[in-house]
Amino acid sequence: MNQNPQNQNITATKAGLWQIFGVFYKIGTFTIGGGYAMIPLIEAELTGRGWIPEEDMPDIVVLAQSAPGVLAVNMAVFAGYRLRGVKGSVAAALGAVLPSFIAILLIAMVFTGFKDNPVVEKIFKGIRPVAVGLIIIPAVNLAKSCRKWWAWLLCAASCAAVALLKFSPIYIIMVVIAVAAGLYFAREARSGR
Amino acid sequence: MIYLQLFGVFFVIGLFTFGGGGAMLSLIQMQVVGRFGWISESQFADIVAISQCTPGPIGINCATYVGYEVGAGAGGHLAGILGSACATFALVLPTFLIFYGIITLYNKYKGTRLFSDIMTGLRPAVAGLIFAAAIILIFKIDFGAGGLNIGILQSTFPHWTSWLILAASLAASFIWKINPILLILAGGLTGLILY
Repeated sequence: MNQNPQNQNITATKAGLWQIFGVFYKIGTFTIGGGYAMIPLIEAELTGRGWIPEEDMPDIVVLAQSAPGVLAVNMAVFAGYRLRGVKGSVAAALGAVLPSFIAILLIAMVFTGFKDNPVVEKIFKGIRPVAVGLIIIPAVNLAKSCRKWWAWLLCAASCAAVALLKFSPIYIIMVVIAVAAGLYFAREARSGR
Repeated sequence: MIYLQLFGVFFVIGLFTFGGGGAMLSLIQMQVVGRFGWISESQFADIVAISQCTPGPIGINCATYVGYEVGAGAGGHLAGILGSACATFALVLPTFLIFYGIITLYNKYKGTRLFSDIMTGLRPAVAGLIFAAAIILIFKIDFGAGGLNIGILQSTFPHWTSWLILAASLAASFIWKINPILLILAGGLTGLILY
């Protein structure tokens, strides 16, 4: 069974490779302010099409955050792989990256005055607070899965560690994995044999 | 060979950056400004500002721009395009290599108690990390010798109406389930009319 993860993970609605590329191209085009703001766009597009069930999205976010690299590309790779295996992951990543690539090349080569254009400035003054909102949305959705008091405490602690104390997120992820695994094996040892 | 160097630098950055664009920007700065001197300090500040207000992930934008500047500096537009392709491809490649390892582990342990315990712990922790990313975008936080100093970041919240836009976009999303793409377009239009 494990030899064939692709088949195991294909969801009810089958997505074409060009379709996957197109959807992630659209997501990439409308992401402004970085990968975190991309999460609600990915959720809306993928669950809206019935490609990935809504209850699976938190796990995709958590796994993407636990892997190195650009968060948005990680999410695209995870989601693309679930839809169509290795080919799907390549199509999704290309789609997510290409709008960036084209926009930056145009700005570097043609619209060199882009940053100082007053109209652009006005538009971005309006978009930036929306981008912050788009980051808060997935955080709230993930926090909704907190059922126990310790989960709330952990959420607050990891937020404070990064925002106030400037810890790198990877340390928090590693500590949480180590503690969860330690508790699991301790419980096994106590109940086991 | 400049392209190989670009590839090497961005491959290592992609491999060792966890947790999104912010951490990546400082690593890129250390390498391309500090170590290799390809880009000047003020040029890098411009690149970061543009990366934040163009479509796409900030890390990808920054890598593409740096790659272009480095290539174009060596030999015109075409060399610039090649440089940006090198840098971007190198940045994304480690994700793929590591991802297939992670997905194998995921498929192997998905149903087990150990995996679900770890995920139960990671969900609130990652929620906290994402909240922190939003907070860092809103507030300027200094935790130095003078104790804790918190101010509002003028670049994201230049005006009190910025808060209204944030509140409206949260309400539109949570209450009316408005599509995020529409929110972005509405935000841009509001900015154009309001400021």
